[in-house]
Amino acid sequence: MITLEVLHTGPLALVEDLGRSGLAHIGVTRSGAADRRSHRLANRLLANPDDRATIEVTLGGFSVRVCGGGLDIAVTGADANPTVDGIPFGANSIAHIRDGQVVALDVPPTGLRSYLGVRGGIAVAGTLGSRSYDTLSGIGPAPLHPGDVLPVGEPVGHSPELDQAPVAPLPDGPVELRMIPGPRYDWFVDPDAVVRTEWLTSDRSDRVGVRLVGPALQSRWPGRQLPSEGALRGAVQVPPSGQPVILGADHPVTGGYPVIGVVLDADTDVLAQLRPGQPVRLRWSAR
Amino acid sequence: MTAPTIRDYGDRALLLECGSTDEVLAVAGALRDAELPGVTDIIPGARTVLVALSDPTHQAPTRSRLAGIEASAAATSVRPDHADVVIDVVYDGADLTDVAAHVGMDADGVVAAHTGTLWRVGFGGFAPGFAYLVDGDHALSVPRRAEPRTRVPAGSVALAGEFSGVYPRESPGGWQLIGHTDAALWDVDRSPPALLTPGMWVRFRAVAAP
Repeated sequence: MITLEVLHTGPLALVEDLGRSGLAHIGVTRSGAADRRSHRLANRLLANPDDRATIEVTLGGFSVRVCGGGLDIAVTGADANPTVDGIPFGANSIAHIRDGQVVALDVPPTGLRSYLGVRGGIAVAGTLGSRSYDTLSGIGPAPLHPGDVLPVGEPVGHSPELDQAPVAPLPDGPVELRMIPGPRYDWFVDPDAVVRTEWLTSDRSDRVGVRLVGPALQSRWPGRQLPSEGALRGAVQVPPSGQPVILGADHPVTGGYPVIGVVLDADTDVLAQLRPGQPVRLRWSAR
Repeated sequence: MTAPTIRDYGDRALLLECGSTDEVLAVAGALRDAELPGVTDIIPGARTVLVALSDPTHQAPTRSRLAGIEASAAATSVRPDHADVVIDVVYDGADLTDVAAHVGMDADGVVAAHTGTLWRVGFGGFAPGFAYLVDGDHALSVPRRAEPRTRVPAGSVALAGEFSGVYPRESPGGWQLIGHTDAALWDVDRSPPALLTPGMWVRFRAVAAP
């Protein structure tokens, strides 16, 4: 059997797939890859089904040794200058790794999360129908540590046909996210302030939510309690501080803060690549 | 029952606003039975049901289909005679005396009120397996603790506002603790892993400390 031996993890390395659905009513959130588009691209390059697990590497510093045979891999998302035994092979392309070689990801110059996919997928045991680690509840395969040995799954279907995908580099400047007015838009004195402000990404952002820093949004009814309601990734919640939080993959399933807007599904993948200090603009979208 | 108001929740979900928790549970139940295409999650809240969709193409068709869903009147809350789940509780919580003083009863009165009516699972949140229990004895309404605890043991039975709940695992928490149970609220190896799911009726039963 082919395995990956984890040598270094960097700040955070997690096994993720497309997450768990159908369990939110009993308190289990979706979780899954924060940047699903990059996760899917890695699988597509490798001719894996979309739901095969990849490794989500936050801010590089990650390396693994391939053991037990040769293996096709691809690295997508934030461009972490991937190397094999020190030789760069380029993000968003397939590389064939021989038994014993070491794959390393550096700190990406832009973006936050890179995805290391392998042909056959990372085949650790799943929980509740998914191999995703949910950082909020601790469900799923534990965060990776040096010394972990990860089994690689059996490839299915035909061999990879694409060997490279054209992907625009992730921006380091302002990022624009489109959103639709949320169910509690009218709870704010001036809800359009949310689209006039250039927000900064807080360093207290994580997979649960991206916190934005800027002038506080004013509630029309300070102190008013919202009865808890369901939440989803992309929801822009405004706690009493007036500083918005955009919910990420590991968001709580219900919340009691008013939602001023909800980021379009496609743009939540962009959200997952925001670095601390990066400017963010929100804008209202026609659907 | 009036038809729920339907709002867009981004481009991949719809939020249904209902008049009461009973209505929420009736609508959520009807949606679950309807098995609409593209619906990935049906998430009850206190006054809302969030319907999550697999992708944005399902938004408009689901909106039309939801207009045709009616929670049958029979599904609304007729209090059953029997609970779906009975939870044995040792009423020895650290806040039992404070709760009793707040609601103007003695500790036995709090136990009698907590065990005397059925509670209903309204919605989830906070942690896997945690259930916000509603429709209990309104005399037991108490505020959260001014200072949340950093560590509440698993199995703690608690009150806050109009709700009762049981902590599925050790966690921080601000609810008033009135007792504890050995019941496993959450077990990933069980199907379903949560003991309590929305719509269930629950009875608490006082037992002596072992």
